Amino acid sequence: MDPELIRDCVHCGFCLPTCPTYVLWGEEMDSPRGRIHLMGQHVEGTPLTDAMAGHFDACLGCMACVTACPSGVRYDRLIEQTRAVVEREHVRRPDERAIRALVFALFPYRRRLRAMRLPMRLSRRLQPFLEQVHPSLGAMAELAPGVPRPVRLPPLVRARRRRRARVGLLTGCVQGEFFPRVNAATARVLALEGCDVVIPPRQGCCGALSLHSGREAEARRFARRTIATFERAGVDAVVVNAAGCGSSMKDYAEVLAGEPAWAARAEALRTRDLAEFLVELGPVAERHPLPVTVAYHDACHLAHAQGVRAQPRELLRAIPELELREVEESAICCGSAGTYNLFQPEAARQLGDRKAERVLAAGADLLVSANPGCTMQIAASVRRAGKGEIRVAHTAEVLDASLRGLEPGMLGRSPH
Amino acid sequence: MSELERLTARLAAVLPPDAVVTDPVRLRTYECDGLTHHRATPGVVVLPEAAEQVAAVVRLCGEHDVPFVARGSGTGLSGGALPRTDGVLIVTSRMRRILEIDIPNRRAVVEPGVTNLAITEAVRDRGYYYAPDPSSQQVCSIGGNVAENSGGAHCLKYGFTVNHVLAAEIVTPDGDIVELSAMDPGYDLLGAFIGSEGTLGIATKITVRLSRAPEAVTTLLAAFTGIEAGGRAVSAIIAAGVVPAAIEMMDALAIEAAEAAVHCRYPAGAGAVLVMELDGPHAEVEHQFAAVERICRDSGAFEIRVAASAEERAAIWRGRKSAFAAVGRISPAYIVQDGVVPRTALPRVLAGIDRLQEEYGIRVANVFHAGDGNLHPLVLFDDAVPGEAERAEAVSGRILDLCVEHGGSITGEHGVGVDKARYMPRMFTEDDLDTMQLVRCAFDPRGLANPGKVFPTPRLCGEVPGVRRGAHPLVEAGLAEQF
Repeated sequence: MDPELIRDCVHCGFCLPTCPTYVLWGEEMDSPRGRIHLMGQHVEGTPLTDAMAGHFDACLGCMACVTACPSGVRYDRLIEQTRAVVEREHVRRPDERAIRALVFALFPYRRRLRAMRLPMRLSRRLQPFLEQVHPSLGAMAELAPGVPRPVRLPPLVRARRRRRARVGLLTGCVQGEFFPRVNAATARVLALEGCDVVIPPRQGCCGALSLHSGREAEARRFARRTIATFERAGVDAVVVNAAGCGSSMKDYAEVLAGEPAWAARAEALRTRDLAEFLVELGPVAERHPLPVTVAYHDACHLAHAQGVRAQPRELLRAIPELELREVEESAICCGSAGTYNLFQPEAARQLGDRKAERVLAAGADLLVSANPGCTMQIAASVRRAGKGEIRVAHTAEVLDASLRGLEPGMLGRSPH
Repeated sequence: MSELERLTARLAAVLPPDAVVTDPVRLRTYECDGLTHHRATPGVVVLPEAAEQVAAVVRLCGEHDVPFVARGSGTGLSGGALPRTDGVLIVTSRMRRILEIDIPNRRAVVEPGVTNLAITEAVRDRGYYYAPDPSSQQVCSIGGNVAENSGGAHCLKYGFTVNHVLAAEIVTPDGDIVELSAMDPGYDLLGAFIGSEGTLGIATKITVRLSRAPEAVTTLLAAFTGIEAGGRAVSAIIAAGVVPAAIEMMDALAIEAAEAAVHCRYPAGAGAVLVMELDGPHAEVEHQFAAVERICRDSGAFEIRVAASAEERAAIWRGRKSAFAAVGRISPAYIVQDGVVPRTALPRVLAGIDRLQEEYGIRVANVFHAGDGNLHPLVLFDDAVPGEAERAEAVSGRILDLCVEHGGSITGEHGVGVDKARYMPRMFTEDDLDTMQLVRCAFDPRGLANPGKVFPTPRLCGEVPGVRRGAHPLVEAGLAEQF
């Protein structure tokens, strides 16, 4: 917790109304300003109490406060540093430790996720039982998406027209296993727009979950491995279609600041979100009409952490006959926030309910979400509200359908 | 066991679960509001959800003779919500329901924790808005606005909070729930309550006036090489009979800060900018715009920009509205000052501020509501440099002296709070202050509501006696009663 970064906060409070937990509970210590105050107390010598750790754990890390802050406080860095301190100094309850161990041994590893296919099929039926065992297990069962058929991607997809760029594609752990059609659509869209797409077959986790949970050493290990993988691929840019992964990859240079050689290599890696990349590249492929109304969901790690708001909307608006609708309160997190909905299921459900209500109020045929975590969270929240299965698709899938002239009816039908 | 502890033990019985904060680490997060150089950890914090709960807490405070302080979003800039270490901090941030929107009668009824901007957002679709717009409008609470009689950029034309609140349900310092209305015959008690900075009770329900959104709005930005030229333009515009919705001025240092924070892209090389807004019927706005543009050019404006869209309008305002907090980008610490001078005295006062900067070696960025002479000098300092905070504090005080010398006031809209209580005698005589105390005592004879604020030294109402000996002259003359 860098005291200089803490001192940047002038206590103006502009972050308060943008903070999901402040919106829920209306108390200072669950606002960014209050949490920075708590960090300051700890830096000045107050031991890390259970209460303090609880307020840090309750932060979603959505970074809406970073967007709102007129003083430029680096809350993103502060909370990352703080989470690492919490991991080092705070002794969690045995059940919390067990759940965390399970999550971090599972989600960053695709092969282990694959082994979960059968249990996931049963999980929704077992949800009430699992909820009894532990609320986090209940949340996991509730969130589990329909299990999709695996999609095998080739190591290289060639540009379909004059080649304009050579890009690497991060397939992601949860995205790759639970939403493989998103990766396939991403590769097709990039190829149709004139990119050679390199998909390194044995890429690992980018480290987002570890980084956003204060597991620094683990995050650095994943980061180094990912950098090396894409260096070998020899690409102009690494395109990422999962908001959380993209935001952590853009932070690699800071994550590896203690290892200058690696930090320099991180600096050289050009990471771009898919929408950001496509807008920079400019469209060449023909857009076919897609008569559908779409509500666009801002993933926090895209809108707040990467500042990517206009690009996905621009891409969607450029599709003939597609009507784009806004979701009210779009800057407030849906409650997914990486592992948040597993570790803080109660708060996550409240935020999910809020989001589901506003998404449904938009009255669109299809929700577009560019982060697998948000997709699962919003779908689960809509189910909980008794509104059945909401159709959710990724920006890439919508573009893919338009470029290939498909019917919009199939978009967002589960299982993927 | 102290009275506070005895009181704390009884709070749970009158409040919902999780509404009483006693953990020392949590309590400290409430130690200050937007003014950080006054800090006091509250004895206990409560987060009520209804007026009855506020009243119950206030009654308990009375029974145990424990002081209480109300707090909304904690954005105040005069320390009005500075807690008492021996008291209860009553936080209204969970009372944030909009209870009623009554478009035909142009009013809305809201709870005190609702933010200023939330009211406008709730009625914007229907073509209405809530007029007072403090720069912190997206976060500051309407309860806090009532306590401070908050202003904002558009108050030049539309008036302050007091002009837009029609009624308020308040909890009196005795714990009674009372309705005050602007329609009440007799004394304007609502008028007395608004701006009383938490010393006369706590508002628990507020009826605000909704204003019709103007037919046309033109926002323009005029860049000048220096403050004097900008000041001349302001005086000339008002003299020409134009009442803009807002005229805001920023000097070079404030522009630099805003640029660093929000990249507002104000014209390069500007020594001062005026942000102006004209609103009303189309024909009127067009006519006024022509006059304003001509006056600005005549006064030496080297660039004039007119917002062509809502986005451009927001971009022009973004620089101004973020200016206070944005100063954090160019200085480790700063004091936001708030003073008022007659418009015609602006150039002399600004020259005086320049001299103070040189004398003390302290930088001052100037942001102000130029139309009504409300200055917001931002006194910059580095608290890591020994002595600099004290010098900044001195400059800040001397600026208020300048304001008073030129026939102005020590506060325009941020309130007196704890920060300016000691400056009150520079504006008022002892008799003036004692008379104000009599008003306070009529509401709060025991002095439990936000004691230590507004007035420099407590004198009446059973508070510790100060320098005065003997009874107040009004009491002696039988004109007033001391409770």
